[in-house]
Amino acid sequence: MTQVRKGAGLFFKLPKTITLALKHGVMQYVQQLIFLALSATAVWLFAGKVKEIRRNILLGKKEALNDQPGKRWRNLLLLAFGQKKMFRNPLVAVLHFVVYAGFIIINIEVLEIVLDGLLGTHRLFAAPLGMLYTWLINAFEWLAVGVVIACAVFLVRRNILKLKRFINKDLNGWPRSDANYILLTEIALMSLFLTMNAADQALQSRGSEHYTATGGFYFSGLLSPLFAGFSDTSLVALERTCWWLHITGIYAFLNYLPYSKHLHIILAFPNAYFARLEPAGRMKNMPEVQKEVLYAMQPETAPADAVPPAHFGAKDVFELSWKSLMDAYSCTECGRCTAACPANITGKKLSPRKIMMATRDRMEDIGRNIKANGSFTADSKTLLHDYITVEELRACTTCNACVTECPVSISPLEIILELRRSLIMEESNAPQEWNSTFSNIENNFAPWKFSPDERDAWNR
Amino acid sequence: MARSMAELAMRGETPEILFWVGCSGSFDQRAQKITKAFATILDKVGIDYAILGKEEACTGDPARRAGNEFLFQMMAHQNIQVLNGYGIKKIVTACPHCFNILKNEYPELGGNYEVIHHTVLLQQLIDEGKIRLNESGSFKGKKIVYHDSCYLGRANDVYEAPRKVLEALDSELVEMKRCRSKGLCCGAGGAQMFKEDEPGDKRINIERTDEALTTGASVIASACPFCNTMITDGVKNREKESEVGVLDIAEMVAMSMV
Repeated sequence: MTQVRKGAGLFFKLPKTITLALKHGVMQYVQQLIFLALSATAVWLFAGKVKEIRRNILLGKKEALNDQPGKRWRNLLLLAFGQKKMFRNPLVAVLHFVVYAGFIIINIEVLEIVLDGLLGTHRLFAAPLGMLYTWLINAFEWLAVGVVIACAVFLVRRNILKLKRFINKDLNGWPRSDANYILLTEIALMSLFLTMNAADQALQSRGSEHYTATGGFYFSGLLSPLFAGFSDTSLVALERTCWWLHITGIYAFLNYLPYSKHLHIILAFPNAYFARLEPAGRMKNMPEVQKEVLYAMQPETAPADAVPPAHFGAKDVFELSWKSLMDAYSCTECGRCTAACPANITGKKLSPRKIMMATRDRMEDIGRNIKANGSFTADSKTLLHDYITVEELRACTTCNACVTECPVSISPLEIILELRRSLIMEESNAPQEWNSTFSNIENNFAPWKFSPDERDAWNR
Repeated sequence: MARSMAELAMRGETPEILFWVGCSGSFDQRAQKITKAFATILDKVGIDYAILGKEEACTGDPARRAGNEFLFQMMAHQNIQVLNGYGIKKIVTACPHCFNILKNEYPELGGNYEVIHHTVLLQQLIDEGKIRLNESGSFKGKKIVYHDSCYLGRANDVYEAPRKVLEALDSELVEMKRCRSKGLCCGAGGAQMFKEDEPGDKRINIERTDEALTTGASVIASACPFCNTMITDGVKNREKESEVGVLDIAEMVAMSMV
């Protein structure tokens, strides 16, 4: 350091202050460049993964789901922004809301952090906002504390209280770790944010250059006495380290999302918008079968060039609606569906959550296949059988409990019913009892073997 | 005696409302009692109604939900031709599965009717004073628990009408923990009625019956013939049939009418 200064002074005879400013400026530019590179990489990587997921979702069948925009915006506001269904369990809903509000609102602070990083400023918004800034950061700090507490409670619920839906075998392996990583990361990010503010407060109180006065932050103000023994240099180092780790952590988290169940923080919104609006009891019509039956019953209506349908129901994700595929990516594996499923409660293999996880797994496998081969190359696997078994599908009572419970507007039932259609109509794969039921309906117009002449016997 | 559409059509008459009986209500011995009870109420109130009789056929619900869309479409086609042929405008049914399919799934196949469930009609008739209930009816002060049918509740948001009818009976209505939109299925929906449960620890109807029994109610009220069968079986399995009755809301109203 001294050598450089000496040298500079020797050759260019620059005053010491200018040399320092120059050096500081160079350092600053380097930092800004690193930040720019980091941000660009994070966004570029994320955008690439978003494209992949979008492509995977669009592997599904086309279906127009943009009628009645008024109702759809209402769903978006109530179900996604307002988390209406979470409030079926108010205590958990409040905790979750804190984490969610923390996430959304603290993003305003992230905006400042990003701008500071790019422009080489420090707390860019402090001066123009004045008192409001102090108030805002205080609010963020309280939210951050709330997030830490809520995440800690969630960790306890998952790992110590071991709630049934969290220890269920659906989550064995990666999914269980995924949930814990997310909670730990959120705690780490919030702690970094608070430590950074505390160090900043300490530096402000020492009148340190660059650390412009922002007014007191209540919570980090409580922490700052912890740093009383730190030198200015180590405080600056601490503040800078927290700043960098915090923003790097956020970028890392952003890029973790597409691989994680946590993707719901983004997809919950479109998933609520595109949710089905008709009564839950209504099953999707198959116009192609309707036509086939009409042509069979009234042959005069059949056009000469009528082409029979290529497939019935869904054997693989390609035959499911794109909405079902977005459902799978929106699933956060909370297991409310499975906890309400009558089949699962009574020990059957069916778990609606697992149906969603299996659908996403299948799409991810297909995504890898496309990446490796340029386009999808048949891999002798299908969603039906290889990812979801017949026994699971057969256990469903179509009671709609899973659909009703889901906070992010997912319908596991739609996938189950589409796969059942394929099983029956393409594979004629039905239990013997159902085959008898079908033949009774066809021949006696009732699911039981009674003569149609007896239908009004009760009335005699 | 309920008149049939064919009879009325011959005389050039059209009834106000069609009573869609459903397969369970037509053939199942237990459910026939529900059908008779509901027909008695309609007769007493003097509602202008008719049944399709032998011309009625399965709506296709179990076939469709099992995955057999062809069979469903055949049944729907046949039923819609009959219903439209008679110019039916309004349908009441005591089966939530028929209710759901007629109301939600027949319209896009060309069958457009106003469809109501019998509990909703009963509530309307009570509200309008057309059904008058005994001051000291058989359910007065009795503890009754109502089991929500999935196809009435979650599928179509009908939660209150059946409860209001039960309250009109002056009974003490109690709830299970899993009620209304959180109600647990009886285990019959989605064509499960027609096959054995998949392997598991417990039958769904037993799980639900146990929950109903813990309320200490002397009557488990249902509004669906399938639920009625499933819970009746559950009560028998737990050997409680002498203490706890399983009754359809229509039966309870019929028993309490002046």
